[in-house]
Amino acid sequence: MKFGIVRFPGSCDDVDALRAAQRVGDAVILWHAERGLHGVDAVVIPGGFSYGDYLRVGAIARFAPVMAEVADFAAEGGLVLGICNGFQVLCEAGLLPGALLPNLSLRFVCRQVALEVVRCDTPFTCACETSRELSIPVKHTTGRYYAPADQLQELTAGGQVVLRYGAGQNPNGSMNDIAGVRNAEGNVFGLMPHPEHAADPLTGSTDGLLILESLRAHVDSRVPV
Amino acid sequence: MAAPHQGLMRARVLVRPKEGILDPQGQTVERALKALGFAGVRNVHVGRMIELELDDPQRLPEMCNRLLANPLIEDWEIEYGDGAGMTTEGAGAAANERAGAEEVRGAG
Repeated sequence: MKFGIVRFPGSCDDVDALRAAQRVGDAVILWHAERGLHGVDAVVIPGGFSYGDYLRVGAIARFAPVMAEVADFAAEGGLVLGICNGFQVLCEAGLLPGALLPNLSLRFVCRQVALEVVRCDTPFTCACETSRELSIPVKHTTGRYYAPADQLQELTAGGQVVLRYGAGQNPNGSMNDIAGVRNAEGNVFGLMPHPEHAADPLTGSTDGLLILESLRAHVDSRVPV
Repeated sequence: MAAPHQGLMRARVLVRPKEGILDPQGQTVERALKALGFAGVRNVHVGRMIELELDDPQRLPEMCNRLLANPLIEDWEIEYGDGAGMTTEGAGAAANERAGAEEVRGAG
């Protein structure tokens, strides 16, 4: 299992994501200006402030050369995980539905949150069967998930909501307590909480590893073609 | 603004949160204005403004939809003009008319 962690100018959680991924498999950095994904099994778009968050969060990063590769990879069914700023980038790129708006509080929020795993039959959550509640930190200013009413209904009916904030834990005013969504095809997933920051007992929780372990389990179970 | 280079069109793109989307920044500004004693202020929204000079103004709506705004959450509006009508507060509409400026709105 080989993870590719995208690094944009302004990414800041790329090294944590790399280290967390290395706990469950091989992992390499993918530089934003390069083409070619070096044969990775899954792409991780990490958190941070890609291109300084200029204009709108994620707005510039979506046009980076590596994102054209990521879009092709996703179109062929490749697994793509976007964390925080990575989630914002994937929404801007149209690889995920919806958008992330400024937190209702207008404040930066940084705290551990309880998350409900809505479904465990996805490549991103299949290792969560025995642990449907995760404790993972959030840290963002622009994390309020928004989708127009009809799209939101579609998402919910179509089982695209994968993670929700636990009761009373919604840190940003996200619609329907949505913390993470996937695309209709099910191979692209974005979430605001940071699994890579919950990968060592030292920081209080290792629940984040379950997301990465899910990806490994999914890839390992695939029949070689 | 300085005079545009010859042959270039000057424009402003105004981007604002789409109607109906909760705009906590606008609400906060509205409350602050009321706290300062400015009564009778409603529907405050905070957006951003992008100034540019360009060769081919016809491409600007495409620029708005693809990069300058996110049509899912934002509306945009373009003001074209030579600058004379766009620099002075209050002179806006009339001066823009004089300068032959036109406005294009987009609601993606």
